[in-house]
Amino acid sequence: MARGFRLLELLPWLALCALYVFLPELLPLGTQIIIMIIFALSLDLLLGYTGIVTLGHAAYFGVGAYTSGILAVAGWDGPFTGLAAGAMAAAVVGLVMGLVILRTKGLALLMLGMAVTLIFYELANHFQAWTGGADGLQGISVKPIFGLFEFDMYGKVGFAYAALVLLACLVFVRHLVLSPFGRSLVGIRENATRMTAIGVPVQQRKLIVFSVAAGIAGVAGALSAQTNQFVGLNVLSFELSGTVLIVLVVGGAGRLYGAFLGTPIYFAAQDILAKGDPVYWLFWLGLILIVVATFARGGVLGLYDSLVQRFSALYPAQLKRGNP
Amino acid sequence: MTVQDNPVAAIETTNLRKKFGEIDVANDISFRLEQGGRHALIGPNGAGKTTFVNLLTGQVKPSSGTIHLNGRDVTSLSTDRRVRSGLARTFQINTLLRRLTVLENVQLAVLEQRRQGASIFAGKTAQIEAADAAYDLLERTNLAADARRVISDLSYGRQRLVEVAIGLALKPSVLLLDEPAAGVTPADSHHMFELIEALPKSIAVLIVEHDMKLVFRFAKIITVLVQGKVLMSGTPDQISNDAQVRDIYLGHRNHA
Amino acid sequence: MSSFLNIIVSIVFHGLAYAMVLYVISVGLSLTMGMLNFVNLAHGVFAMAGGYAALWIMKTQGTPFVLALPVSALLVALASIVLERLLYRRLYGAGELDQTLMTIGLIFMATAAAHFAFGPLPQRVDLPPAITGHFLVAGRDFPTYRAFLIAAGCVMFLALWLGIERTLVGARIRAAVDNRSMAQCVGINTSRLFTTVFALGSGVAALGGGLGADIIAIAPGYAMEHLIYFLIVVSMGGLGSVTGAFVAALILGIGDTACKILMPEVGAFFVYVAVFVVLLIRPAGLFGRAT
Repeated sequence: MARGFRLLELLPWLALCALYVFLPELLPLGTQIIIMIIFALSLDLLLGYTGIVTLGHAAYFGVGAYTSGILAVAGWDGPFTGLAAGAMAAAVVGLVMGLVILRTKGLALLMLGMAVTLIFYELANHFQAWTGGADGLQGISVKPIFGLFEFDMYGKVGFAYAALVLLACLVFVRHLVLSPFGRSLVGIRENATRMTAIGVPVQQRKLIVFSVAAGIAGVAGALSAQTNQFVGLNVLSFELSGTVLIVLVVGGAGRLYGAFLGTPIYFAAQDILAKGDPVYWLFWLGLILIVVATFARGGVLGLYDSLVQRFSALYPAQLKRGNP
Repeated sequence: MTVQDNPVAAIETTNLRKKFGEIDVANDISFRLEQGGRHALIGPNGAGKTTFVNLLTGQVKPSSGTIHLNGRDVTSLSTDRRVRSGLARTFQINTLLRRLTVLENVQLAVLEQRRQGASIFAGKTAQIEAADAAYDLLERTNLAADARRVISDLSYGRQRLVEVAIGLALKPSVLLLDEPAAGVTPADSHHMFELIEALPKSIAVLIVEHDMKLVFRFAKIITVLVQGKVLMSGTPDQISNDAQVRDIYLGHRNHA
Repeated sequence: MSSFLNIIVSIVFHGLAYAMVLYVISVGLSLTMGMLNFVNLAHGVFAMAGGYAALWIMKTQGTPFVLALPVSALLVALASIVLERLLYRRLYGAGELDQTLMTIGLIFMATAAAHFAFGPLPQRVDLPPAITGHFLVAGRDFPTYRAFLIAAGCVMFLALWLGIERTLVGARIRAAVDNRSMAQCVGINTSRLFTTVFALGSGVAALGGGLGADIIAIAPGYAMEHLIYFLIVVSMGGLGSVTGAFVAALILGIGDTACKILMPEVGAFFVYVAVFVVLLIRPAGLFGRAT
């Protein structure tokens, strides 16, 4: 994996700028996409890099959303402090849940992850005075960003704000996965026994990344609360856990940018295939999943890789003695 | 004999026992590996050699008894902590990061040995330096030509060599080699012999093996394990001349 | 005092009935997971299919309930063999993630298909008069249907237990669960064995779906909605254990019913707390084997 910065990495940002300039009517949708990208990025740390398969990541999104939402409604409405609070709360919950969940694997881990999300769903439903229950938490508003930019009704400020948060998250995650810590996560994914044999405290590292991933998911959730000015129970739904997993896998897990590819593709596919009938969409989504799982495991980025490999097999180039 | 006359052993087990159900897989094993030693552990199949290695590394917890590493009681220490205390092992079946390159495999071990494996900041320099150190090690072990090749592209025999190289990267004081020759073709095995002979004198090496050529070429002391118990320990001459040992290997009893 | 006793008896009785349905549906998943470690999240689809099939046969062919159940179970079992050969087989060596995705995809497709074929509403169940109504025991009324479920569940447990512990096929299954590659070395055709167990598990699940159609309503969202319960039964009981699934189902069925009635505010949390506690103490489940 190249350590240096590649020009290709500017592409998502060019796309976002282009959206802002040329398609301003799509900015609210763009903001939702950005939030999902951040969420998927956090899952990539867990799933793509460390190999922890979970169906319960929405729990941390939801914790982040409700934390910042409740705080904002109660008067602590600084935007960045709201994000920080959401991140902290989610990271702490992630740490505590991780202590139990990560002792298991396979089906049990999947199931426990789901159970955590369901527990929080029930809690949110139960404590209606705080969360608004099924009606949702309404009337969330945050102070102007940097004291200057107030949320406008066209969604321009919201979009720019979300893009800024995405940039920060990406820089952080990118740095993390390229660091020795991040590389050791890949080792854990590939062969945990080998990593133990070189002195790595595997459980500890898994716990750390679980908590960090939960924290970033919490940022996404908090961002969602702030830009939508609303938090509904769906932030703790199994459906959301499933969606973020699908989005990541379609783009390609463990590649950092899979989230950036998979999210717009998913949203676009949903827009096209769900025309009028959500049941129709479910059918096609199911089919796509089966196809991806059977034939295209690396998602879009994986397909791109195998195409490149086939191409270079046809046209062998000089073997580059370059970066490892 | 005063304490000073008896140097601290690299590894010392005292009355080590492991029961699986009713069976004593390790039966009252008291064993000593000396500092800088060249020690081989042999025995018929099912003798409990692998269990013993797993007891030493911490993968298996003993039912009773103690294990000391350089004088320190490590009986209740986890595997990774024993590694950080200087105990490295290779696996009987290659346990490598198959999708990564040889260099990356060794580099990760170097980073961990330098206690930099968990660093999130200032990582770039650390990784470059670790890669350099890893490359140097590969040169010393004649694996440099394969440095940038992915493990799964290597022959099984070459992979076995990488196992040992990773062990060395950890700069251990004790190295456990679990059947290093297993699965290595006769054509490749001289590489393995050379590698083992070139192991630094400061490292205490315990080799578990079936390949008697390797054992007799390499070991100064041999311990024979049968059905979980130590039958005897001695020099290669003593062992090869012992009637009981000959029985076991020529098959009057315990033909396993 | 007596009314408290009444409540307890009622709870145990209803809880038992619910537990039996959970058991019959989930035991197949425990077996297949124990044998092949395949994360089959779509197991509930077979239960749902069994429910739809049984009800459809009853409605269109006028078949009696007691006959419609085994027929639908057989149909689903046959369909599952086709699915196993065409689809599941391809992913046996694949990682957990791919298996998860594939089976979620199956759930989605099945949900959509059920929606198309039968509409979004839960299916109405016309139970035969023989098992509706009440019967008297020791001066108290017990609903016949629930008693029937309890009896059916126990019979199923006994049949499976005897089948696995006492027959040759059962021995082979246990061998394959224990150590697949060794079982192959000993000459057991694990591939065929697995298809058999898969079909058995799916067929039994279908039976459970049909049996329990009046307490766990048959609707398109069935497989997704109740997934967590099946997974909890299986992980709490321990993979591959017929007895484990039974005990886990009992704990969950009775515990869930009891908590929802006695502590309606927090009753829903019982199942989750229970599974967390069990897995904390025994990560492989109550009757599971730690690997």
